[in-house]
Amino acid sequence: MFKDVDCTVQAGRWLYVVGPNGIGKTSLLRMLCGLAPTESGEIRWNDLPIHTQRDRYLQDLCYLGHLNALQESMSVMENLAFSSALGGIAPDHQQSQEVLARFGMRGRSQQLVRHLSQGQKRRVALSRLALSPARLWVLDEPYVAMDEGGIQLLSDLIAHHLDQGGLAVLTSHQRVPIGQHPAQMLELKAP
Amino acid sequence: MSQTVKSIGLIHVMLAVLKREVALAMRQKGEVLTPLVFFMVIASLFPLGVGAESSLLLRMAPGVLWVSALLAAMLSLQRMFATDYADGSLEQMVLSPTPLGLLVLAKALAHFVLSGLPLVLMAPVLGLQFGLDARALAILMLTLLLGAPSLSLIGSIGAALTLGVRGAGVLLSLLILPLYIPVLIFGAGAVEADAAGVGFGGHLSLLSALLVLSLFFSPFATAAALRISLE
Repeated sequence: MFKDVDCTVQAGRWLYVVGPNGIGKTSLLRMLCGLAPTESGEIRWNDLPIHTQRDRYLQDLCYLGHLNALQESMSVMENLAFSSALGGIAPDHQQSQEVLARFGMRGRSQQLVRHLSQGQKRRVALSRLALSPARLWVLDEPYVAMDEGGIQLLSDLIAHHLDQGGLAVLTSHQRVPIGQHPAQMLELKAP
Repeated sequence: MSQTVKSIGLIHVMLAVLKREVALAMRQKGEVLTPLVFFMVIASLFPLGVGAESSLLLRMAPGVLWVSALLAAMLSLQRMFATDYADGSLEQMVLSPTPLGLLVLAKALAHFVLSGLPLVLMAPVLGLQFGLDARALAILMLTLLLGAPSLSLIGSIGAALTLGVRGAGVLLSLLILPLYIPVLIFGAGAVEADAAGVGFGGHLSLLSALLVLSLFFSPFATAAALRISLE
């Protein structure tokens, strides 16, 4: 695994974590969220270590992992409502429909998630992002299984988020331009 | 976005968890029915095993029904967090701004409603088979009603500890059954105490105390166990 990682992300910037398979990109992202412990060192948010202000940090954080966090036997709409509720928000029907339509899921809100394709599931998971008021987005391979249209949609969404003063940390194996925003690179190397 | 998205309070988040659990259970009715059938079968096996002597059955009934209920409630524990763990929802719960303990509490409550409460309602029917009278049936139901939430709460600790472990079912039983002993003793003891004429108030008080204790401590313990399981 990696060591000696040191970087700071400012508001309106995004961090692009790159490195070969197995180097620990996902682990780094999980550490950033506080899901995994760091062996040494510290992760700070607004200059304070995240473990001293977990409640506030979690208000500001939205994490999308490898798994889509969708319950297969529930509908798209039910899943979106539940994941939003976990984030502490309750979008009304129109807002949810709008977001789903934006991600190309118009007319599918009552469909069960188990009947969706991988790419569509990813789109539902990403709809949660669009609704989230969190300032920091931590996205683990968000482009996986997405078609070209989806990639563009997501890039626009992240660009919009950055324009609003948000932050994003993401990993991806494909090069992704995000609007006019230059990437801040973090390359993980084997020690 | 046309307007800002409304934010909601802790209670509403907990209600959302509860609602989801109930909706899921309604779609997989087998998961609710299996423990009930199990309860019925186990309780019905005893008269077949020990013979149909009514005085013996009458004496055994509270204990038999309690042990059967306890085992039945344990059947569904393993699934409490398993699907959420597999599909990534659990990560989102841990990262929710709502304290994990409260989410876990809602989960345990849902487990009680979906697998404890049906057992409480079923118990008098099985009690009749053993020849318990109305008073004994009422006491039995009351003790189960007070005890079953404790079983769900204590069980949630075990379910969280054994997440992602191979052979979790057996391990879960070994971990949790010893912790169920106090609930079992005071639960099954109440009917007997009443029959002996010493009053069952003390038993109910102790069952309530156990419930309060597990209400207070088990969400913390379960939340801590879930964090460890996810590392």
